Amino acid sequence: MPQIVKKLTQKTETYIFIVILALSFLIELRSGQFFTSNNLVDLASAMIVPGLFAIGAFMVIVSGGIDVSFPALASLSIYATTSTLLNANYKGGIWLPIVMTLAIGALLGAFNGFIISVFNLPPFIVTLGTSSVFKGVMQGVLNSKQLATIPKGMSSFGTSALFVATNSKSGLTSRMPVAIIALIIVLILAYLILYKTMSGRGIFAIGGNETSAYRAGFNVKQIKFLLYVGVGVISSLAGLIRVCMMTQCHPTNMLGMEMMIIAGVVLGGTAITGGAGSLTGCMLGTALIVIVQNSLILLGIPTFWQDCFLGLLILIGTGVSASQVMRNSRMTKTIKIRRAA
Amino acid sequence: MAQSVLKVVDIKKSFAGVEALKGVSLEIAPGEIHCLAGENGCGKSTLIKIISGVYEPNSGQIEFNGKVHTKITPIEAIMNGIQVIYQDFSIFPNLSVMENLAFNSELANKHKLVNLKRMRKIAKEAIARINFEVDLDVKVGTLSVADKQLVAICRALMFGAKLIIMDEPTTALTRKEVSALFKIILDLKAQGIATLFVSHKLDEVFEISERFTIIRSGEKIITGNTSELDNKKFTFYMTGREFEDISFTPKISDEEPVLEAAKLGLTGYFEDISFSLHKGEILGLTGLLGSGRTELALALFGMRKADSGTIKINGKEVVLDSVRTAMENGIGYVPEDRLSEGLFLPRGIGDNVVISEIDSLANGIGILDRSRKSKEIARWVKKLSIATPNPDNACSTLSGGNQQRIVLAKWLSRDPNVLILNGPTMGVDIGSKHDIHMILEKLADEGMALIIISDDIPEIMSTCSKIMIMKEGRITATLNPKETDTKELSKYMM
Amino acid sequence: MKNNNKKGLSAFLTKDVYLSRLIGLMVIWMLFMALAKFESFYSVINFQTMASQFPEFGLMALGIMLCMITGGIDLSVVGVANMSSIMIGLTLNMLAAEDGSLPVYGIPLAILGGLLVGTVAGFLNGVLIAKVRIPPILVTLGSYQLFTGIAIIITKGKAISGFPPVYSATIAGKLFNVIPMQLVFFAAMALIIAFLLNRTTFGTKIYMLGTNMTAAQFSGLKTDLLLIKTYMLSAVCAALGGAVMLANYNSARADYGVVYTLQCVLIVVLGGVSPTGGKGRISGVVLSICVLQMLSSGLNRFPQVSSFYIPLIWGGVLILVMVLNHLTENKKIKTPKSPIKSLSGQKG
Repeated sequence: MPQIVKKLTQKTETYIFIVILALSFLIELRSGQFFTSNNLVDLASAMIVPGLFAIGAFMVIVSGGIDVSFPALASLSIYATTSTLLNANYKGGIWLPIVMTLAIGALLGAFNGFIISVFNLPPFIVTLGTSSVFKGVMQGVLNSKQLATIPKGMSSFGTSALFVATNSKSGLTSRMPVAIIALIIVLILAYLILYKTMSGRGIFAIGGNETSAYRAGFNVKQIKFLLYVGVGVISSLAGLIRVCMMTQCHPTNMLGMEMMIIAGVVLGGTAITGGAGSLTGCMLGTALIVIVQNSLILLGIPTFWQDCFLGLLILIGTGVSASQVMRNSRMTKTIKIRRAA
Repeated sequence: MAQSVLKVVDIKKSFAGVEALKGVSLEIAPGEIHCLAGENGCGKSTLIKIISGVYEPNSGQIEFNGKVHTKITPIEAIMNGIQVIYQDFSIFPNLSVMENLAFNSELANKHKLVNLKRMRKIAKEAIARINFEVDLDVKVGTLSVADKQLVAICRALMFGAKLIIMDEPTTALTRKEVSALFKIILDLKAQGIATLFVSHKLDEVFEISERFTIIRSGEKIITGNTSELDNKKFTFYMTGREFEDISFTPKISDEEPVLEAAKLGLTGYFEDISFSLHKGEILGLTGLLGSGRTELALALFGMRKADSGTIKINGKEVVLDSVRTAMENGIGYVPEDRLSEGLFLPRGIGDNVVISEIDSLANGIGILDRSRKSKEIARWVKKLSIATPNPDNACSTLSGGNQQRIVLAKWLSRDPNVLILNGPTMGVDIGSKHDIHMILEKLADEGMALIIISDDIPEIMSTCSKIMIMKEGRITATLNPKETDTKELSKYMM
Repeated sequence: MKNNNKKGLSAFLTKDVYLSRLIGLMVIWMLFMALAKFESFYSVINFQTMASQFPEFGLMALGIMLCMITGGIDLSVVGVANMSSIMIGLTLNMLAAEDGSLPVYGIPLAILGGLLVGTVAGFLNGVLIAKVRIPPILVTLGSYQLFTGIAIIITKGKAISGFPPVYSATIAGKLFNVIPMQLVFFAAMALIIAFLLNRTTFGTKIYMLGTNMTAAQFSGLKTDLLLIKTYMLSAVCAALGGAVMLANYNSARADYGVVYTLQCVLIVVLGGVSPTGGKGRISGVVLSICVLQMLSSGLNRFPQVSSFYIPLIWGGVLILVMVLNHLTENKKIKTPKSPIKSLSGQKG
């Protein structure tokens, strides 16, 4: 078998890709509506916020930790920005909101990073606590309420289109939001950092064996700290885009997303224990979940069944990769038995 | 006379009032192969960490190539040519060989960006130094233990190393791989690089080192030329005691065998294994790592079910398809790696001792009888002389020898007919080793049948009444230790 | 060398520094409340209210604790609770007569139905974790979605209500007119689990399993069966929580209590249970629940302080406790293993 095919069949990413294709074709068969331009644009649009969250979650999982605070972080960042700008009667463009939101996100991320790296505490528990703290600050200190209108600069950003796709048959149109550029930029940056910088390789190294990373000379504390700052920035960006696209700020809207995002990352082949996984897989896994969440209706499956479907998807997906792992570890241990004399 | 590459003088180190090193001195000449030996807890790890800059000595002097330092940082040690290879090799199993090799130097040179071309060049040069042939792109986690070690050695050689310190390098290697490692150490010597390796295996000390140093309880007992060392002296220096070399004569009963295996096989691991074991016998099962001996032991314990052949216990045919079945048939198993397979380190000593028989210390519905439990624990602590002030203390507070006694106690408390021990004295100091052998021989005298799996040939020769050698999944010979010698054994093993 | 000869309270406090810290926190808060809001806090009504509020998530926390002792986690507890409460509600409606009354066996039967749902759900979790070897965090994440999904399908996304009022009156009522029934349920379950953990072989075995799975297998423990039993027990606790929820809200929905999942994990971790397994006591978890409930209830007495500050404080307390633990752990100087002279001489 040619080397490349062999390599591909060993990767989870390949299987997820095949599942996505199969699902897409099934939906296309049933409804004729999957591969239409406006549906594809809708899907891409739906990918933006989960995709951004997934990139952040992916990087943390690769480093050997789990972050469950990112939706709370994002919500707090964007709520603080939006309400401040509303109160100041802000009339300007999108750039100030971006700067403000990302700055707050960086600060909150630094809070996470500080506690995790300086005190060497397990990220899962720390972010469990900080998630609560961020929520409390937003709802308690800032007394968050639903903001039905947001500064025009933000809403026009959220509603502006890169291009519009029209479905010739049904006449439906879908906007490709300008925000997709943000996803693409972050994806490229993440790729460059993770694969082209030593600090990025350090994230993989830490996930593989943290002690070895120290001994090799990686500045583990610094890498971890900056990682969480980065995740804070990316997550707050996702929150900003969400609010702009919805043209209103519902403070608790994103809370609770953390588990599905992590599920998407893991479906794509990222090991929950750290050190292994790819950006491609992370995006594919998230895409699969987004497709299920958005296009199941096209299969004639009522939305009621969505959660059920997602649950089965996760169970089957993780089950398959778990049995693969089992099979691989058995295989590497067999011995060549000597032929009888 | 050439400047010694390393000289430490009168190093003292204490931790919280406990003296770990009481004034140790050591000198290593360029290109010298030096063995550092001592029982667990004697202070050799502390000494190494001081030499490599991880710890600071309380007093004493460290000299690298004639220059004196009173304290050093790990980076300074590296700059002076000191490289340590720890037992876990400090590798990244999830990353490629190339990255494992290149990271250290990239980081030392403060490179921020990944330059694949440069890294590949560095990696290629590194493996060329010892002619190590390996695919640079495979993940290190998929390599064999020996290959992982070679990656660690290649990496250690990259910084103008003058002295490589190896901490128990041969623990997980097969005989062939040990020979290969020793050849590399000789190559390094030819290149002027000295090796300090920590070991407690006498045959290795003899085989490869030129000079040796033995440490006991934080003090240096002796330094000398290996040519002046022998078995008896070695044991005496290590333990301060003298032992007689008695070989074991079993009291074998003529009854039918306790355990009989006929054409036992497990696809991919071993086949056509037939033997019989009587009460009072100690059967030694040996072979190189990878000969199938561990898998055979696991099959006899029900951990891996054999897929062909039969097993008879006391004449009755049984299918050992689970650990519980094996236990119910009177088989016990003391595993190879007591730390990860045999013990629950953070748990109390008592819990560790009784866990396998815990159901018998409870009533029908599972409620524990606490007084029975404490009595049982006390009984075994006494019987096996486990040195602890309190059986509730965590297992991790004990030395290797005492930990091994706990694992033994766990199985003995079930009164097995057959006890299989895999590497029973691995990582155990010589004193405890001797004591454990005495315990095993006493058990055999009392009627138990034992199977000892070991690659410690002296151990096999002195404790066993029958030796079975495996190679590549089959039995190549069954010998009587009184009628054979080490040479013949090796012949059948290789 | 550690001095293990202290007796009584002093021994307890030094043996488990963590618990004593929690107790200290509770005492400080209770003193504060005594000084600031004595009448409203230290009233029978207040204690009754507290005691009726926490059992619904307290029961779920008990389940999560069990799973964490084995080194795993159960994120599906809320899904199980909702499924269970829906089952109970539907059963009640089915058994109800025209006038809304129930036969004598009505409530017990309905609750049994809910517990049965829990048993099946827990079995599914356990089998996937033990036999298929999927990491528990992923299994229970998936099964949470699955159970919630099933609940949505059954209820068509709406709330079920209109049950015979006798259910709420009983389960949300008071025993001897003083003790809230919810507390009785929680206490009963907590006592059962405490007994299981401390006095039975099951308890010892799961602590060992959580400490070292490999060694457990080598010791002959039936690890698969133990895991399945643990997750079944966890789901049963969650199902009981669902029964309490039904009484408290008088309705059942597929998406009640969404915040409880992570909240319960927080409670359990704060109670001293290690996510890596093998450690944790029920007294810690109960204490943790009490501390957090008292904090919330106390804060409610200050109308200037919004109740939204409560998650802030819970999270803050968790982080503070973790940091404190870390700082004191490092103060303990690591002594090297001293060679223990073996008492010897069993010459053959």
